[in-house]
Amino acid sequence: MKRRKTFAVLVSLLLVVALFGTVLTGCSSKTANNNGGSSQKTESEPILIGGVAPVTGPAATYGKSTKQGYEMALEEWNAKGGVLGRKVKLVFEDDKADPTEAANAFSKLINDNHVVAIVGSVTSSCSLAGAPIAQRAGVPMITPTSTNPKVTQVGDYIFRACFIDPFQGTVAAKFVFNNLKARKAGVIYDIGQDYNTGLAEFFKKEFESLGGKIVAYEGYPDGTTDFNTQLTKIIDAKPDVIYSPNYYNDDGLIAKQARTLGFTGPIVGGDGWDSPDLFKIGGDAVNNCYFTNHFSKDSKDPKVQAFVKKYTEKYGEAPDALAALGYDAMNIMLTAIQNAGSTDGAKIKDALKNIDYQGVTGHIKFDKDRNPVKSAVIIKIENGKQVYVTTINP
Amino acid sequence: MKAKETVQDKKIPLFKKRDFQLLVGTVIFWAIFYTLTKFGMMNLYWMHIINVSLIYVILTTSLNLINGFSGQFSIGHMGFAAVGAYTSATLTTIVWNLPSHGVGPFSLFILSVILGGIAAAFIGFLIGLPTLRLRGDYLAIVTLAFGEIIRVVINSINFVGGPRGIPGIPRFSSFTVIVIFTFLSVIVLRNIIYSSIGRALLSIREDEVASELVGVHTTYYKVLGFTVGAFFAGIGGALLAHLIQYINPLQFGFMATIYVLIMVYIGGVGSLSGSIVAAIGITFLSEGLRLGLDKLDQVTPFHVGPEWRMVIFSVLLVATMLYKTNGLMGDMEFKVLIPEEEDENAKHGA
Repeated sequence: MKRRKTFAVLVSLLLVVALFGTVLTGCSSKTANNNGGSSQKTESEPILIGGVAPVTGPAATYGKSTKQGYEMALEEWNAKGGVLGRKVKLVFEDDKADPTEAANAFSKLINDNHVVAIVGSVTSSCSLAGAPIAQRAGVPMITPTSTNPKVTQVGDYIFRACFIDPFQGTVAAKFVFNNLKARKAGVIYDIGQDYNTGLAEFFKKEFESLGGKIVAYEGYPDGTTDFNTQLTKIIDAKPDVIYSPNYYNDDGLIAKQARTLGFTGPIVGGDGWDSPDLFKIGGDAVNNCYFTNHFSKDSKDPKVQAFVKKYTEKYGEAPDALAALGYDAMNIMLTAIQNAGSTDGAKIKDALKNIDYQGVTGHIKFDKDRNPVKSAVIIKIENGKQVYVTTINP
Repeated sequence: MKAKETVQDKKIPLFKKRDFQLLVGTVIFWAIFYTLTKFGMMNLYWMHIINVSLIYVILTTSLNLINGFSGQFSIGHMGFAAVGAYTSATLTTIVWNLPSHGVGPFSLFILSVILGGIAAAFIGFLIGLPTLRLRGDYLAIVTLAFGEIIRVVINSINFVGGPRGIPGIPRFSSFTVIVIFTFLSVIVLRNIIYSSIGRALLSIREDEVASELVGVHTTYYKVLGFTVGAFFAGIGGALLAHLIQYINPLQFGFMATIYVLIMVYIGGVGSLSGSIVAAIGITFLSEGLRLGLDKLDQVTPFHVGPEWRMVIFSVLLVATMLYKTNGLMGDMEFKVLIPEEEDENAKHGA
């Protein structure tokens, strides 16, 4: 142990000084507002809206789409003259799809930037980490894509723009029973993921209550690539359709192996199917398959068509469901601020509760749990393309 | 011989000077930020970051005990943090369903944190017993595997929410609680390092065969070091759960361990002071870059998005490792973290 450690001490001192320098400048400029609530600023300043999404890390592609959705909505409002006569500005933060980072990002947006409202985050785990901070500070928050029902249960300031897992299972059951006229269904799902089990469970419940019969209900563990055991059992029971509410990489393989085993009927899934990679994995096997989704870019709705056109021009790619949900979430929040006539958190929250908004992902109204009552679209896969089939209302 | 006698003859005061300095320093640190927050002069965001960085101090110093002082390369540290976090959060949120106020619930929370530490230590002991007979790369692989096993097991337990995690954990980890736990962890780790256990661990790190030859029970000490490290990781995890108010298994994955490992190596392997500096420094750096990029975006005509944060962060880490190969502190310590008896030993060559 050497006594000479001037360098180390110097480096650490410098670091401390530099960091606390930022702390102090942060303090002195914002002393007026210490409880982190939204502040009424002067008329000329822009209204700050916080945006959170994972633009790095494992969910980066989701984050990118969502962020582009936020930005496009914001630009449209600013082109129309802003909200309450003031410009709106997005303060965006990355959460790397990590809950600890999400808590940091939410805390920064609320306490340091003093945003009026927050749109985010994408994954349910990040929204669950950020929601208590927003709730405590009285800052309204809307998550575009977190489907876990527990997110909005955190408190009355937390809303969401997408439908929740149970709803998707229910819609799929209705579609299979009413539109595909199926009476016998087999279910195959990943038992290690809550998304999959949730959808499977609610599909079963609704399908049976409509009078259909679940002839086989087979789970498989996380990471399975050979589904022959489960599929053989299901196909032996002679179902009209197979419900596979899993992620696209599993679904592609399931479709392929089911076709090899001689199953020709439709295979139905959830929004986890929405990926271009599905065709790469599944090939021809995913033809004559359907899935429920938040949005279809082929919908005849003029609002959707205008959105798709504009988005494609701006970013050079067609919008996916995440971009559409990000766009809708931002629009809902800004509409609520406009309706509230104020940037006060409590007033925006009340305006959100009573909102009636026609978005690209459907008509949105909130129920008492602050979940949207909205429609789902059914998409059919034909020769490597997604084809819009119908919209199902709750 | 003579030198030893003088040390023993000296009356040892109840509070040694440096312990006192460390305590006073911590109290002043706590008092400043506590008052600033109380009177609303402190930005709550920075308060949050201070809390997170102090928890990282616990995680980093405890990993340094394993990786730095006893020279065992463990990369499953966050697995133990997960055990601690899940044990305490399950108790406070699911079993007892505590309200977030009151003296009774608060003492139960403290109990749950300690139980979390004990559970992590127990798992650490179970894992350490067979694996610490391995060395080097093999040990690294096995600890990595065990870290993942813990995560996968939690993933499959429905009672604790499986992959969805535990939301709605009461927010008990206040600044005061975190400061106290951090202080205690650092003091205990320091005392272990300068005790006979620490000496044994250091000798194992330097030469395992030689220490066995002079009578050091290497497996015993390695397992002991590993268990203590796991205990504090569990404490850190439990505090983190009650700060963020939400945990899920992904939070404690391999990348999270790597993050703590980076702090150990940037700070200096075998230096508690280094771990403290690096844990606080890196947390603040990672967050400071958010503000820095905001400013850059406003001042310069270029659009500098938040996706650049991790790029700059990584470049800074690489630069630090290039210019300070042994980490910021090497194996040196702040004077307050060295017991006074050590000076005597150094002087007389013990």
